[in-house]
Amino acid sequence: MATQQTTAAGRILVAPSVILLFAWMIVPLAMTLYFSSLRYSLLDAENSGFVGLQNYTAFLSDPDFIAALFNTLILVGSVLVISVCGGILVALLMDQPVFGQTVLRLMVIAPFFVMPTVSALVWKNLLMNPDSGLFAWIAISLGFSPVVWFTNHPMLSVIIVVSWEWLPFASLILLTALQSLDEEQKEAASLDGAGPISYFGYIVLPHIARAITVVILIETIFLLSVFAEIYVTTSGGPGVATTNIPFLVYKQALLDFDVGSASAGGVIAVVLANVVAIFLMRIVGRNLEG
Amino acid sequence: MAMKQSAGKRVGVTVLAWVVAFLIFFPILWTFITSFKSELDAIAMPPKFLFFNWTLENYVEVQSRSNYLRFAENSIILSIGANIVGLLISVPAAWSMAFAPTKRTKDVLMWMLSTKMMPAVGVLVPIYLLFRDLHLLDSLWGIGFVLMLLNLPILIWMLYTYFKEIPVDILEAARMDGASLLNEIIYILTPMAAPGIASTMLLTVILSWNEAFWTLNLATSNAAPLTAFIASYSAPEGFFWAKLSAASTLAIAPILVLGWFSQKQLVRGLTFGAVK
Repeated sequence: MATQQTTAAGRILVAPSVILLFAWMIVPLAMTLYFSSLRYSLLDAENSGFVGLQNYTAFLSDPDFIAALFNTLILVGSVLVISVCGGILVALLMDQPVFGQTVLRLMVIAPFFVMPTVSALVWKNLLMNPDSGLFAWIAISLGFSPVVWFTNHPMLSVIIVVSWEWLPFASLILLTALQSLDEEQKEAASLDGAGPISYFGYIVLPHIARAITVVILIETIFLLSVFAEIYVTTSGGPGVATTNIPFLVYKQALLDFDVGSASAGGVIAVVLANVVAIFLMRIVGRNLEG
Repeated sequence: MAMKQSAGKRVGVTVLAWVVAFLIFFPILWTFITSFKSELDAIAMPPKFLFFNWTLENYVEVQSRSNYLRFAENSIILSIGANIVGLLISVPAAWSMAFAPTKRTKDVLMWMLSTKMMPAVGVLVPIYLLFRDLHLLDSLWGIGFVLMLLNLPILIWMLYTYFKEIPVDILEAARMDGASLLNEIIYILTPMAAPGIASTMLLTVILSWNEAFWTLNLATSNAAPLTAFIASYSAPEGFFWAKLSAASTLAIAPILVLGWFSQKQLVRGLTFGAVK
């Protein structure tokens, strides 16, 4: 249907977006790649020069990097398991015809709209503080001694906070998928006398499998970049206990002013994210055709 | 489930659903309640749930001591400004891709989406240095520009899916009647596309409001929005929980209300149409 005229007009209309995104992504990425091959410190800008892959070998053999990589994987993996499993349960529950369903859904989705700095500080202080947080009171009431969350279990604490932020997202997406389940299929299953477990395993799970995949991929993209929660609670510590790759890169660039090394870290983060992105793009692309 | 449930089971499910929802929502409720306590009541052990002297002094202090409104203003300017500019750029692009697709449209869309997958730390260093040299650090223009670019792929994608739903026949009919491109846009397309544009904007405003990587790294004081203001509570002096709660309540309340209206758009916008 597109005539030559509209094609030309179309190009002009799309061009600004393409140019801006190109400038935003490709150009800085190229600069990051370039910086990553330099000895380049902001504190000693005179003394810079080409060092090849030296930043990468330094970065990859740095114990802090190994720890950060490990922390990143633990954080992403744990939050995925908690939010997806929890999200399936919450979605199943919210799909039930119960009294006040609309209000329930609003309550469940709410944490997703809370800015990361607020969630992290509220959890750290109001709930998880060992002296006067609510969890301490619950622990004491039950006869336990309060847990010193962010000092003794820093990574677990961060995982809990981030899981709380992402559970609503998983629940909402999975609930949307559940709601498109065919009524007839439900009835057929109940006529066949399917129990709750086989009903879930044979009807529900296959139906929401795609939504689960999408949730996993999208959350992974965002979870690989968790930053604010760590920035305001632990600053990556104690030691490097909660330093993930984004935080390590931030530390090297803006606190240690080591541009070369931080850039190498940035490139590694991009490679990690791209592995996930490729799978996500395939799913979205398939959908675009249908 | 479709099975007929006994009354007892139904009550059980209802109670369980309410308990779960309450637990998930509780931290927000607790922040809200704490914002009305005195600092001493806020750290009282055992905690005071409802019976304490409710006070508004935290809200007054948050404003008078740290000039809360200035940060709120920055948040509003950044999230709304960035997305209005974003719309001006993305509406024409999405329009032409939806109504005059070419062979490469799909590839362009996919490529735009892929820019969203790039982790921010991958470009933190060059953007930071560029901004430093261009004096854009801690400026509303600089940060607004970044927020606009972050949302541009989502804007285009969502608008594209909304525009796709507009029946093309109507446009063809208008063209037959001799409507010019401009008339077509003003009288036919705009009214039909307005709801989609509004819901898209709703979601991207929420995302910008809560963005906390670039705002924390590029803003220090003048252009700092609420994300950065709240972060300043991470190393405070003295009692501060009630004030933190008041500041937090103010920072999340408007977006919570907007968010509740935007649930459907959230699914569409964040899954790029992969879940319906």
